[in-house]
Amino acid sequence: MSFINYASREINCKIVYYGPGLCGKTTNLQFIYNKTAEESKGKMISLATETERTLFFDFLPLALGEIRGFKTRFHLYTVPGQVFYDASRKLILKGVDGVVFVADSQEERFDANIESLENLKDNLEEQGFDIEKIPFVIQYNKRDLPNVSSIEELSALLNERKVPELEACAMSGEGVFETLKAVAKLVLNNLKKGG
Amino acid sequence: MLGPQSSLVMYDEEYQRILVLLEKLLRESNSKVIFLVDKNGQLIAATGETAHLDTTSLASLTAGNIAATGGLAKLIGEKEFSILFHEGEKDNIHISIVGGRVILVVIFDQRSSLGLVRLRVKKASIDLGTVFQELVDKTEQEAISGNAPSPFAEITDDDIDNLFN
Ligand SMILES: Nc1nc2c(ncn2[C@@H]2O[C@H](COP(=O)(O)OP(=O)(O)OP(=O)(O)O)[C@@H](O)[C@H]2O)c(=O)[nH]1
Ligand SMILES: [Mg+2]
Repeated sequence: MSFINYASREINCKIVYYGPGLCGKTTNLQFIYNKTAEESKGKMISLATETERTLFFDFLPLALGEIRGFKTRFHLYTVPGQVFYDASRKLILKGVDGVVFVADSQEERFDANIESLENLKDNLEEQGFDIEKIPFVIQYNKRDLPNVSSIEELSALLNERKVPELEACAMSGEGVFETLKAVAKLVLNNLKKGG
Repeated sequence: MLGPQSSLVMYDEEYQRILVLLEKLLRESNSKVIFLVDKNGQLIAATGETAHLDTTSLASLTAGNIAATGGLAKLIGEKEFSILFHEGEKDNIHISIVGGRVILVVIFDQRSSLGLVRLRVKKASIDLGTVFQELVDKTEQEAISGNAPSPFAEITDDDIDNLFN
C-alpha cells in the first residue's frame, strides 16, 4: 500500500522479495545496497540468525529520485524463505505494492520454488490481494551455477501469469537492478491507474 | 477504514494538524522524541530530538515489532496488544496503536514517567484518531469525485527510466 504525502511531496512504495530458503533474496538487497550512492540509501537492516539466514526481514530504504516533483522512495523487504517462518512472511506481505519472486535455478530446488510460489499465492490471497493483478516479476537466480534448469522449464512452471521474468546472478549483481527496475515500473504504472 | 490495496494519502492541512498534536504531546509528556508510523512501516511524522535518530529504520522496526506482537496476540486469542513498552537504562519506548492503523511512538527518559506518558498518550490518541478518520474520509471523497487526480496520472516510461540513471 503506497503512501502519498502531499505535505512533504513524497511517495513511498513497498516491495517484497519472496522465494524459497537460500534462493538469494538477501543477496539481491546487499548488492543494491553496495551499489547505491550514500545519499540515495538508508541503513540496511537485517534481522538474521547467527548463520545469516533471514529470521524476520531485511529492510533497505531507497530514494530513487523525483517524479513530477515527488520524491520517490522504495522500501525493499525480504522475507525469511525457510518453510517454518510462514507467520513472519504473512506479516511482511502486509501493505505490499509489488512482489519479486526470486527462484533458485538449481535443479534440486525445483520443488522448493513451486512450494514457495504456492505459499506466496496463499498468503497474498489471505491478505485480500488479487494475485492476478498485483505488480509481480520473477527472477531466475543463480544462473552462474552448472546444475540449473532451463529458463523454458522454469518459466513454464512458475510464470503462469506471463509477468516480466529476468535471469540473474545476485552474487555478481547481474540482473539485480534490472529486476528492481522491472518491479518499480509495474508499481508506478499501477499508481498511475490510481491503484 | 482503508482496504489493503488503497493508498494512504497525507495532505498539507492534516499534516500540520498532526504535527501540532505531536508537539503538544511532546511538551505535556516531557518526552524526547515522538513519531507516527503507518502500520506498514512508513514514517508519517516526527517531532522532538530527531536529528541523531535514524527515523526510517525506527519506523520499519516499530512496524515489525507491532506486527510480530499482533501475530502473538492472535495466537493466544487476543485482538492485538494495543500498548507496548520497552524499558532501557536511560531511554524508554512507549508504543501504541491509534485508530486501528497508525502507530504512535514516544521515547522518554527519567525526566518523564510511564504513568505520565500513558495518560498524555491516551488523550492525544483521541485527537489523532479524529484527524486520521477525517483523512480517510477526505481521501475517499477525492477518489470518488476525481477532483484531485493522482500526481502520477501522467507519468511516462521515460520518467521511470530516469529514476534509475
Ligand atoms: N552461485 C550463486 N550463489 C548465490 C547467488 N545468489 C545468492 N547466492 C548464495 O546463496 C546463499 C544464500 O543467499 P541468501 O541471499 O542469504 O538467501 P536468502 O534467499 O536470503 O535465504 P533465507 O534468508 O534463508 O530466505 C549465499 O551463500 C549466497 O552467496 C547466485 O546468483 N549464484
Ligand atoms: Mg535472507
